[in-house]
Amino acid sequence: MPLKIPNLSLVVLIGPSGAGKSTFARKHFKSTEILSSDRCRGMVSDDENDQTVTSDAFEVLRFVAGKRLALGRLTVIDATNVQPEARKPLVALAKQFDCLPVAIVLNLPERICQAHNSDRADRDFGPHVIRNHISQLRRSLRGLKREGFRHVFVLDSLEQIETTAIERVPLWNDRRDEHGPFDIIGDLHGCCDELEELLTKLGYVATAGEPGDLSLAGGPCYAHPAKRKAVFVGDLVDRGPRVLDTLRLVRNMVATGAGICVPGNHDEKLLRKLLGKEVQIKHGLAQTLAEIDALPAEIREPFCRELAEFLDSLVSHYLLDNGKLVVAHAGMKQEFQGRGSSRVRSFALYGETTGETDEFGLQVRFNWACEYRGPAMVVYGHTPVPEPDWLNRTVNIDTGCVFGGRLTALRYPENEFVSVPAARTYCEPSRPFLPAESGPAALSAQQQHDSMLNADDVLGKRIIPTRLRGNVTIREENATAALEVMSRFAADPRWLIYLPPTMSPCETSQAPGLLEHPAQAFAYYRNEGVPQVVCEEKHMGSRAVVVVCQDEQAARNRFGVTTGETGIIVTRTGRRFFNDPDLEQRFLARLRAAISQADLWAQFNTTWACLDCELMPWSAKAQDLLRTQYAAVGAAGTASLPRAVQALAAASTNLKGDELAKLAAIEARFQLKSQDLTRFVAAYRQYCWPVESLNDFKLAPFHWLATEGRVHTDQNHLWHMETLAKVCQADPELLRATRYQVVDLNDPASLELGINDWTALTARGGEGMVVKPLNFIHKGRKGLSQPAVKCRGREYLRIIYGPDYTTDENLVRLRARGLGRKRALAISEFALGIEGLERFVRREPLRRVHECVFGVLALESEPVDPRL
Amino acid sequence: MLLTITTEHQPATDLGFLLHKHPARFQTYSLSFGKAHIFYPQATAERCQACLLLDVDPVGTVRGKGQSEGLLAQYVNDRPYAASSFLSVAISQVLRSALQGQCKDRPELADTVLPLEARIDVLPVRGGETFLHAVFEPLGYEVEATRQPLDDQFPDWGESSYFSVTIRKRTTVSELLTHLYVLVPVFDNAKHYYVGDEELEKLLSYGKGWLSGHPEREEITRRYLKFQPSLFREALARLVQEEQPEELEPDNEPIADQAEEVLEKPISLHEQRIGTVLATLKATGAKRVLDLGCGEGKLLRELLKHRQFEEILGMDVSIRTLEIARDRLKLDRLPERQAARLQLIHGSLIYRDQRLEGYDAAAVVEVIEHLDPPRLEAFERVLFEFARPGTIVLTTPNREYNVTWENVGPQKFRHGDHRFEWTRLEFQTWAQAVAARHRYTVKCVPLGPENASLGAPSQMGIFSRA
Repeated sequence: MPLKIPNLSLVVLIGPSGAGKSTFARKHFKSTEILSSDRCRGMVSDDENDQTVTSDAFEVLRFVAGKRLALGRLTVIDATNVQPEARKPLVALAKQFDCLPVAIVLNLPERICQAHNSDRADRDFGPHVIRNHISQLRRSLRGLKREGFRHVFVLDSLEQIETTAIERVPLWNDRRDEHGPFDIIGDLHGCCDELEELLTKLGYVATAGEPGDLSLAGGPCYAHPAKRKAVFVGDLVDRGPRVLDTLRLVRNMVATGAGICVPGNHDEKLLRKLLGKEVQIKHGLAQTLAEIDALPAEIREPFCRELAEFLDSLVSHYLLDNGKLVVAHAGMKQEFQGRGSSRVRSFALYGETTGETDEFGLQVRFNWACEYRGPAMVVYGHTPVPEPDWLNRTVNIDTGCVFGGRLTALRYPENEFVSVPAARTYCEPSRPFLPAESGPAALSAQQQHDSMLNADDVLGKRIIPTRLRGNVTIREENATAALEVMSRFAADPRWLIYLPPTMSPCETSQAPGLLEHPAQAFAYYRNEGVPQVVCEEKHMGSRAVVVVCQDEQAARNRFGVTTGETGIIVTRTGRRFFNDPDLEQRFLARLRAAISQADLWAQFNTTWACLDCELMPWSAKAQDLLRTQYAAVGAAGTASLPRAVQALAAASTNLKGDELAKLAAIEARFQLKSQDLTRFVAAYRQYCWPVESLNDFKLAPFHWLATEGRVHTDQNHLWHMETLAKVCQADPELLRATRYQVVDLNDPASLELGINDWTALTARGGEGMVVKPLNFIHKGRKGLSQPAVKCRGREYLRIIYGPDYTTDENLVRLRARGLGRKRALAISEFALGIEGLERFVRREPLRRVHECVFGVLALESEPVDPRL
Repeated sequence: MLLTITTEHQPATDLGFLLHKHPARFQTYSLSFGKAHIFYPQATAERCQACLLLDVDPVGTVRGKGQSEGLLAQYVNDRPYAASSFLSVAISQVLRSALQGQCKDRPELADTVLPLEARIDVLPVRGGETFLHAVFEPLGYEVEATRQPLDDQFPDWGESSYFSVTIRKRTTVSELLTHLYVLVPVFDNAKHYYVGDEELEKLLSYGKGWLSGHPEREEITRRYLKFQPSLFREALARLVQEEQPEELEPDNEPIADQAEEVLEKPISLHEQRIGTVLATLKATGAKRVLDLGCGEGKLLRELLKHRQFEEILGMDVSIRTLEIARDRLKLDRLPERQAARLQLIHGSLIYRDQRLEGYDAAAVVEVIEHLDPPRLEAFERVLFEFARPGTIVLTTPNREYNVTWENVGPQKFRHGDHRFEWTRLEFQTWAQAVAARHRYTVKCVPLGPENASLGAPSQMGIFSRA
């Protein structure tokens, strides 16, 4: 017979020195599962037998054991553990982490232990030691259960020790191998009419029972043709009109495997009553007892027995679908999920209370869901709420049927609610739970919760899993920098659902006089296996992310923003673009009108949209930079270079021969510098114009990023361009459609057209172009490709690399530039940006969206050549 | 960058001897940042003009040579065109003997006073034309300056800080070059190299005989030493010791920044604020206190002096500021028991932070005005709902008082990073609403010398948990 021990337990080996505990442990457990007191002695003192460090060694042992148990790892304690005071802290440790303490006793006669030890040179203590151990063990044996060990196994002979096998068994609550689909149904309280109606609505089919069968197994049984399973969150009994029918129905579904049930506090109390315990007949228990009393006397007794057995068999909570779904009556915090202890059971049945009472005399419940950060979805009931309301991946589906509300089911994994209204109010709630009819809809629990973000959720080193690129790591120092920027400058996080990634230039061109050229951008994407690219005109302004809502109501409902704002325009670092809120709202109103005119609200069935744009002129946002750097350099150069050229020219009349030749070379050099400076000034002036009214701004949107329920990364860039062109047409004064063309990378003629276009565009003073793979997301051989690379014009680059960067002596040096870091960042930021949007459209808690946005900002603080 | 030196001394070509550069030659010198060319546009007996033209290598100065870092950070840089410490370096290297007053071929010329004119195209002057005159005129120069517009196509961008400057004086070439050597970087107020002790010795040696008596000596010294306070103090002390000039005037008007602190300095409002906050905290009997937005640690230093405060937590959002606080408080040198009372953490007041929970009192001195108004809601919840200290002492400027400061006035804020400044009524309205929402009581009091109609420069709310 193998020893059955639960998967998550703290196994305490008990036995005198020389009983063979370490050998036994090595045979049955992984070496990492075993914590040996001797090893710990060695770790702290270099001597496994040094008894003077025992207390330090045990401190280490308990510390490590605690870490393991917190992570849900089975742990074996290999120490003599023959004294109760040695075992007590271990039992307490198991309790602390809600694991089951298991004792395995190696109870061998003294002579065998003595013989074992005499073979070992390092154990030269006297025979009295083992004698003491054995007598302590003997005295302990009977009390182990009382000490708190849930399982006690005693192995009395060498042979038994030799032949015993150990089998690990899952806990009762572990049904991770059940994958559903499920229909999770809220508190029933004897509302069997509504239950039958709901099951029918969900597609369950009834098989009628024996007519007149009043036993617990009597009545109909429901099953779903598509093998869906009903999961009941408990509180089947009390208050309502058909308690026993409800019990029969649920019991039958559980018995046939069509249903799963966790107990509620009312069911638990009924059980105690059935077992003859003293309970108060309150809160609707009377109705249940009355129904039982009404049963014919001959079946009442077996009915009660079966009912007690059924209720007793219910497990406090379940882990379902690989642990992705947790169902419990009153909820389940993360640390308790999948664990077994009376504390866990009590949490499942009653939740936690704060010790305070409210104005209705009811206990105030600790809102565990507020603090919940677990990855599993938790579905629960217990407290009636007017609407099922998501909060941090938890949802309460008790919509108070017995109080005249509704009976609600959550379809999993669809996450849809299906409900039927109560036929009537069967019981008046002691605290009203339905909202008064008037007034604007309150913010959802999640929105209220989201108005406050936690420092813990952003600080320190973070690893953010993304759909596009797996885990993205944010270093602690970058998070630190981002916290400062986010706190001092960024807009309300509720508006910040996306920040754009940085963009790398194309590889450096070797063509004379050039640093960048489209040929390199085309070559990059061809190597990545991209057949076609889109070349979009690069506008020289400031990157802007726009969130625009259809109206104030939409801003409130979807973003939880109650300030009356209807959208926002932010910079690439999440800072508000406009200091003047009125200007911002007028700007948004124009954009909103254009979207309406293009009929996109209806087309996308959305009340909001998020757009990636360029906002011009550059001078509107970069005023300071322009004045202190660009114009300043222009002014200094304009004033000094022509004077230098003049002076050189004058000097040429005084010089002859070699001296004149030397001067002539420098004169030519300064003439060129002077011309280059003029070109530099002309270059930045292109992007400056005065802004006096709204119409002086130009907004060029290029990604129609996301709308309700969808992130449009599944659409290619042509679709984005065409969709946005409709918007831009509606207000050409403010909105500027982006010129673009598709280039077929395998067609030389098409490539040439692309290059010609860039040449013409940049000759006209354009910044350059952005080359993107036709599909929004492209994965090459080495994973995600750059979402875009920029290819800037020769004149524009004077603003970046200096007025006279175009001379050969400068170009030769400037061509040495590494793009690797920039490109790695661009991809990580792209993946994070899209991840944030995906989480937002899936209505995840704000902290999950904010984590991504914060991550982009953090990565932006990485030092990388700012000229790239 | 072009420096032109002209003389009409007879014969003018003596200038060639003085500069050690032959007028019939075009000479080029390699320097760390590029090249310097010397040539003569005019060299007759009547008039002689010598040019020092700097040819700064814009790429080399950013990229550096080999593995070393460059001297500058930006390619788009005025350094190739503007007179700066590069010019001083060129003077000291290319015109070394002239600068030192040596003239090998004609020793008597070196000490001869000549009519000299120097023109700089262009000189960046922080502090404007007034400062230009204030520096050169006491040294006997006649100054002529033309200011360059930033961009004539965008007149509303205003003037640039660049001047084409001509100075004239009858003096020796050596003195002219010495003045330029010291003063050019002073106008520019920047240096391309690290300013250390050596720089102090240079200043004292080149400034000998003229700097200690110069009315702008403090500003010149301060700027030459790049605002390194310790060097600056040492330099002044040594200047004074050297020549024992008349009394130093302490109240030089600051020219460059009008930082909040400078602005409020006459009444040392900040110290008053700290004192009042400290007294308020002491009166509550608080033992465990928070200084939220602790900045460079002025209040922390005071808190540390009082044993009543057993546990002090300073938090700031700026990691740089915290480092300064750590330095100023000499945290790593405090005795263990002292140090154990104080903890500095990096954190934000708009994220809920469990580290802030369970304190007796919190000081929030001149912090909220740095938050965007829409973020005040988050701040309010972090502090009043979650951290929930027994007492909160919160101060913020009183906007009404701004009219008393000439350079602030009613329309502007006291500090560039202030997102709002409240009137007394606005502050009280906010404070009372916050207190009511979170079960606190609040008392608002003026902070600083009161003006009958405008109130005090600052205002303080004392919130007590009900």
